[in-house]
Amino acid sequence: MHRLLHHAARLALVLVLGGFLGATLVRLAPGYGVDEEDLDARLSAESHAALRASAIENQNLGAFYVEYWRNLVRGDLGTSIALHEPIRQLLAERVPETAKSMAAGLALAWTLGLGLSLASIVAPFRIVHWASWAFASVILSVPAAMLAILFVLARAPARLAVGLIVFPKVYQFTRNLLARSASLPHVLSARARGAGELRLVFRHILPVPAPQILALFGVSVSMALAACIPVEVLCDLPGIGQLAWKAALSRDLQLLVNLTMIVTLITLIANTGMDLVAGAIRKGNA
Amino acid sequence: MRAVRAASILFLATMAAACLFAPRLAPASYADQFRDTPDAACSRQHPLGTDDLGRDRFSRVLYGTRVSLILAPAAALLATLLAGVIGGVAGFVGGWLESLVMAAADLVLAMPWLFLLITVRALLPLNVPPLASVSITFALLGFLGWAGAARVLCADARTLSNSEMVLLARASGSGGARLLWRHVLPNLNPALRAQFWISIPVFILAEANLGILGLGVAEPLPSWGSLLKELEGYSALNSQPAQFVPLILLVLTIGAFQLALERGELWA
Repeated sequence: MHRLLHHAARLALVLVLGGFLGATLVRLAPGYGVDEEDLDARLSAESHAALRASAIENQNLGAFYVEYWRNLVRGDLGTSIALHEPIRQLLAERVPETAKSMAAGLALAWTLGLGLSLASIVAPFRIVHWASWAFASVILSVPAAMLAILFVLARAPARLAVGLIVFPKVYQFTRNLLARSASLPHVLSARARGAGELRLVFRHILPVPAPQILALFGVSVSMALAACIPVEVLCDLPGIGQLAWKAALSRDLQLLVNLTMIVTLITLIANTGMDLVAGAIRKGNA
Repeated sequence: MRAVRAASILFLATMAAACLFAPRLAPASYADQFRDTPDAACSRQHPLGTDDLGRDRFSRVLYGTRVSLILAPAAALLATLLAGVIGGVAGFVGGWLESLVMAAADLVLAMPWLFLLITVRALLPLNVPPLASVSITFALLGFLGWAGAARVLCADARTLSNSEMVLLARASGSGGARLLWRHVLPNLNPALRAQFWISIPVFILAEANLGILGLGVAEPLPSWGSLLKELEGYSALNSQPAQFVPLILLVLTIGAFQLALERGELWA
């Protein structure tokens, strides 16, 4: 319980600081407060004055952030100045899209990553290890945005690009963990006693690094979220990655603060959740 | 294993030499436009053809390689030095300073790297001269890349500050600053060097990502990122396979870095 409270307090603190950091960056960015409509010659002098007045409202960063939290408690996330829509509505429309991309990406990354790691540990031929290592290394050497472009050129399902971007990291970490586990004395002893490969993997090799593999799953959620940005931008998927991109380019303070906090929240929840589960498994093993 | 490693190092050295001698090897400047021959196919005059503005692609690849391969190590050096100073001092002093630094590192690490990079880069001036954009891009990579390495170096510095060697020096009358400067920081060298080499391919890829998304080095100066952006408009009907050369070079370079840094697990 104490551990849970500690995690929750840490999560809340990082969240508040993350949001404030995001707000500070946007507020200090050159071009902040300048609206495209300000250059529109068709608008009257009163309209220009109203636009400038609304920009001045957010000038005081501290006041903006306090007001932001007051509204957040009431469930009001504000309105996006770039897209002229309530942020709550924008998020409701786009979060499912990103969630689908992340789910598909994580499923592919883990199936491929863990599958190839296990194959390279169990298979009696070194060629399996070299081939899977070479495949992971080539994918790791291609920038995430380039993989997204290649998926567009190949007309392949864009969501799978997220999986390919995350896969090499999953493969490398799990492969190292499993290789270490496979060389432990109890595994060698079980192998010498004639245990079958499946039994070896599921009863002896996998349980040892299970807590670390779970922790890696938490980290991979954050990797998938980051991978969604170039994939959604270049493959034109309307998710929160694309929204973050638009918010950053148009210096949309309200939207960017919300997105920074959402991204931080997802990352922290995934990491904390997996840490807690891994801790419980470790306790169970002990 | 040695042969593969040697081949990787040789490849990296060749690439470094090509960047160094880019002005001599390139048939034209990266910004020269041959207006009569836009989108030209490979020829003797233009070994890799020209882009849609008629600029010699081979020259742009050479200069782009130079930008990426010189500035990524510079950014890695900045990130490693920052991590060394911040993590080293925090681990040595301990207490509230260490907690504060680790909390700041946690905050930076809590946000996905690409999200943080794109957000911060987009908030900096975009319409700037090419050289300024290069400095901004790589300084940003250096300034945002310290957190992960700082955690490692902080732990190392903490272990060192509790080591017998440091206790002995302390007992001999060495003060805090002298201990840090003469005993802790020099012993962080192996970790610093490892962090430096690991960061280079990461920063090359990060610049490429920023460049493809239009937030990297500004035109007309080329970098691998801006050269790869050309592939966004690739079509099998009117484009040339030579457009893939920067991608192949990038993959080979990162692959060579991976093989050169491989610690032997692959061959075990």
